[in-house]
Parts: sequence; structure tokens; C-alpha cells
Amino acid sequence: MTVPVPSEPTASDQQIRVLQLYPRDMNIYGDYGNALVLMRRIQWYGFTPVMLSYNPGDEFPEDVDMLIGGGGQDSGQDRIQQDLLGIGDRLRGLAEQDTPMLMICGLYQLFGHFFETRDGSRISGVGVLDVETYGTDNRLIGNVVSESADFGQIIGYENHSGQTYLGPTAEPLAQVVVGEGNNQRDPHEGARYRNVLGSYLHGALLPKNPAIADFLIGTAVRQKFEQELPAFEAPQSAPVSLQTLTEHAREAAAARPR
Amino acid sequence: MIRLRPPRPATIVLGKAARALTRLRGGSGSAFPGLVVERLDPSFLAGVLAQLPRGVVVVSGTNGKTTTTKMVVELLRGQGLRVFTNRSGSNFTRGVVASMLGEIGPTGRLNADIAVLELDEAHAVHFVRAVNPQYSLLLNVMRDQLDRFGEIDTTAGLLRTIAEHTTEGVVLNREDSRVAAIADSLSTQQVKYFGLAPELRSHFPSDDELHGAGSGVVSQQPEADVLLTGLGTQQGTFRMGAEEISSELTVNGAYNIYNAAAALALVRLVLGDDTDRGALLASLRRASPAFGRGESLTVGGQPVDLVLVKNPSGFRLGLSSFPAEGVATMIAINDNYADGRDMSWLWDVGFESLAHKGVAMVSGVRTYDMALRLSYDGVSIAAHEPDLGKALDDFLAAHPDVPKRIFCTYTAMLALRKRLGTYTEVEAFN
Ligand SMILES: [Zn+2]
Repeated sequence: MTVPVPSEPTASDQQIRVLQLYPRDMNIYGDYGNALVLMRRIQWYGFTPVMLSYNPGDEFPEDVDMLIGGGGQDSGQDRIQQDLLGIGDRLRGLAEQDTPMLMICGLYQLFGHFFETRDGSRISGVGVLDVETYGTDNRLIGNVVSESADFGQIIGYENHSGQTYLGPTAEPLAQVVVGEGNNQRDPHEGARYRNVLGSYLHGALLPKNPAIADFLIGTAVRQKFEQELPAFEAPQSAPVSLQTLTEHAREAAAARPR
Repeated sequence: MIRLRPPRPATIVLGKAARALTRLRGGSGSAFPGLVVERLDPSFLAGVLAQLPRGVVVVSGTNGKTTTTKMVVELLRGQGLRVFTNRSGSNFTRGVVASMLGEIGPTGRLNADIAVLELDEAHAVHFVRAVNPQYSLLLNVMRDQLDRFGEIDTTAGLLRTIAEHTTEGVVLNREDSRVAAIADSLSTQQVKYFGLAPELRSHFPSDDELHGAGSGVVSQQPEADVLLTGLGTQQGTFRMGAEEISSELTVNGAYNIYNAAAALALVRLVLGDDTDRGALLASLRRASPAFGRGESLTVGGQPVDLVLVKNPSGFRLGLSSFPAEGVATMIAINDNYADGRDMSWLWDVGFESLAHKGVAMVSGVRTYDMALRLSYDGVSIAAHEPDLGKALDDFLAAHPDVPKRIFCTYTAMLALRKRLGTYTEVEAFN
């Protein structure tokens, strides 16, 4: 499945270039949904979305405005881990330049310092986020409702056995209201450092949480074009607006049992 | 090794009584009588199955096992065999035991030559430790709703366990890399494959290819005993050994026709030279899909097709197997346990093929997740109504003169079939 890029560039042809990290190996929780939502919304804000992919061994592209990454199975994580360490400097540099990024699940874990498996061996991450993850025998599965000062209520679905703890320079993305989030001890869900967001939530995350999508897009637009987001113009595809469909989807998800 | 003996008459009597009692109280459930028997005699199941002259066949995989099991049963019955089979249910062994209680004589003998059992991956290990099947057919490992087993490689491991516990022969899907790799751990069993001609592979996109992992370069593949070489509307061409046959089919849709190839390969392995070719082709033509798997009902003189969708691959295959033109489409998505609670999977299905005609109705608990999915793919939605019964009424009323197709998750399908029963005759399910 490829993300359709509009055939006719908009009048301004202002590109927002989104890099998907390891879409071949890290994609298991509908992470394509996040990519698609960004592509569409960038377009509906009047910019030209360009989707780039980075897989192991590829040349890391220049001029990236935003990075996204998803979750993988153990086999997928093994395949990308060495390569990821190789681009670590690049990623940390982009983070320090305030590049917006969204890392879900497996890549959230590997954006931290390490993942310690059940048998005590440590898989190094790139340390963009000040978090550490420990493998457990408990799989945390189910619907999640959380509250964020920056993004309001964040609604999603978690499915992970690694449990993540925040160090002093990472702030939690949200506080869990229903569900577990990062771990079973504290109420934190996800992490944030500058404009880098990490989260365990999928479903996919962005369709039901457009505030986060618009934060990523708005940040990229501000940095690249020094302008605020213009008006949002989504075509109406149903008897009610996209915004109303989104609100209903959030209500339905928040009301579901864990 | 436990020596298997026929079940005790007392167990059978009590089990049958439990079954009769359940029925009397209006229940159709299999859990209670199964539980009674399991408590009385834990080796009941293995004991009964061990008496079958041609043994036990299991069919497993994440997609299509119900229809494939049904086709295997029909093909074997066409060969004159008496076949015991199970209907899908919540608890595998108790369900099989309950089915047995309906058919078993007082001496514990099942009136059958062979058992063909649909085995859910989740119950595989428990079952094959109790009963070693003579034959197994392993269809595929596609992403499930993700929260059911957590990991696709775990599911592949469960299928491998089935194969390792199979005593005579195993049939594998050559085109599913995880299933084909199971051959590596088999040494004593015969291994046969069913497969696709290269030019048909584009009809069956895999999860991995979808995400750009499949390089398209096919490394050396083993010979397939049954190869699907041609696909039409209710028509398929199969190369079996040296001969190629084209057949009209009752089943529809690319994936059901590929399942027919799987069923043929299994029957050829079980019967070998005893296969009656003429009878095999006749039953192949007549074999029909399991309920909800390309099942067609008639309402107001127009067909209403129900297509069960339970994971991205199944949904994609459903969309690519049945053209959207000339049909009013409804999609009903629930998120109960049997449907999968995580909606992420909807984002791994492309809906562009519906963009031209649009979707007439979206329904189910997760109406608005589905509506968002369609909206982000540029597919227009004429109506949305979370209540399944009302949605069905509105959908049927708004499109009286065209064929209709409903893509639905498992529990949505159960509810819709019930409602459809007020319009037309719907075959009872369990
Ligand atoms: Zn996860």
C-alpha cells in the first residue's frame, strides 16, 4: 500500500517531507494509519505531503521535516536495531533541532536508552528519549484513555509486554485514566522530549487524536515556513463532517471496556 | 504413552443426558455436556477418535479454515467416506465432544471412517498433545487482530507444533513463507504443498508485501501437488500432479478458490491412489462455502452477500475477490472479543477500490472508526448507524433493486444474520 501523493501540486507547492522509519519491519499496529492521516491532513492544510521511507541500509534522506515510526515484533526489532544505532547521531541531532517526531510502541522503546529483556540482556536504543524499558511476562492489552496537558484526552489501544520508566529529562505524554500506559507502577503514558513524542497507543493513534497530528504538522510548518497553520479544509465524505466523525469515534472508543 | 481405550458406557450415557438437558432448556451450547464428559473421562476424546479406521485430519491456519474444512468434508463424503466433523465454537475440545455425543452409539463407537476437525491455533497445542492427527492441512499465518496472540511468529509456532505432532502427512501452503518453512522441522511425515501459479500471486497480497518486505524474488520453491493456475468468477483451474482441470465452482472469491486447492491437496494425500477422480471433480463443483464466507441470501429478489472479515488479509481478499461495481456495500465493525478489540487492523486494509461507488452504510460498535478509515481513503459514506438492526433495515430499504454486499466482523455477522432471519430463511448456526 503506498500513500497517494496528490498528482497536482498545490499552488504554493510547499512540501512537508515526512520520513517513516523502518516501515518494512516496524508497522504492526496499523502504523500506516498514522502515516496516512499525516499525508491527508498536510494536504488539507494546503501543503504538499511527501512520504519518504527509511529501511535498514538505506541512505538517510536530507531535508526531513518530520519523523514517524511504529511497532514491530521481536524479529523486526532485531533486524533494525544495529542500523538504528548507526543513525543515532542523526536522530539526536534532529531532536535537538526541535524536529517533530512520533514514535509508537517498539520504536518508542528503542528511542530510549535500552530495552532489558527478561533474561537481563540489554538491547541498546538511541537515547533520544530519557526512558528505559524492561521486558516482563505481563502483556498490557486493552483500550486506554489518558489526559494530556498539551493534547487533551488521548485515546488509543495498548499491547505491549515491555514496561517503560521515565528519567528526569523526559516528561510523560499523558496521565492514564483507563488502562496501564508505560508500566503498571506509575500513571504515565508515553514520553515527550522537545518535539519528540513516544507512545504505546495505537488504534491507529492519529485518526482518533488529530490534535497530535496537527501538533506535528503545525510544528513542521512553523519551522520550515515560519507560519502558522492555515484553515483546515477536509472534503466532507459522510453525512457529518470529519470532525464530527472523529468526535463520535473518540466517544465510542472511550466507552468501550478495557 | 497412554493406552487408549474405548470410552466407558457410563460416560456416554451421562454425557448424552447433559446434552439432552442443555437442549431441553433451549440451549445449543456445547460447553456443559463437554465439561461433564471431560470431568468423567479426560481421555474420552482421544479414545473415540482412536477407533476411526482412517484416523483424524486437522485443518488449521488463521484464514479460511472453516470453509476449507467444509470443502474437505464434502470432497471426502463424495469419495464414499463417512466423515465426522466439528462446527466452530468457543471451546474446541468441549465442542468436539458435544458433537460426538450427538453421533456416538452406546458402545462408544462413532459412525464414521475419518474425522476432519477445524482446529483453532489457540487450541492447537492442547489438542495435538491429546490426539495425534494422522494428517494436517496448514493454510496460512496472517495477522490476526493483533491482540489475540500478540505475535504472528507465535501463531506460526503453533502451526508448527500441529505439524510435528502429525503422524502420516502434512499439507502446507507453499506461498506462505512462514507455513512453508514448517517443512524444515518435519522428517518422518510426508509433506505436500498447494500453491499458486506465479501470475496469480498478485491476487493474494501478503501482509509482508503490503509493507514492502516481500522482494518479489521467489527463491526455489518445492513442487506443488495442487497448483491453482486459473481464476474466474466461480471458476478455477487446478493442476493436480500432471493433469490440469478447469471446473465450475459453487464457492466464490479468490481466497475460497485457493482454499479449494488446499482441500484437493489434502484429499489426494489422504486417499492416494484410491482417489476416485470423477467423484472428486463432481464434489469440487458442488462444494459450498461455510456460513458468512461468501454466503449469499436473497431478500426482495436481490442477493445479499455476507463476507466475514476478521483481519487485514481477509478484508483485503474480500475486497479484491468481489467487484464493487453494481453492488450496494455495507460495512459492519464490532470490537467484541471474538471480533478483535483493537481497531488498528482497519488501517492495514486499503479501501480505494470502494471509492468509485462509495459505501452505502457503515454500522457496528466501531461505526466511526470505520467511517474515519474510509474518509481518510477518500471513500464517501451515504449513511452511518451504529445499531446493526436499524442499519440493516435502512440499508435494505434504501437499495431495494440492486445486489447487496455486507462486510462484517464475526459478532456483527451473528447479529445481522439474526435480523436477516426476519426477511428470509437463514440457515441456523450452531
Ligand atoms: Zn507494543
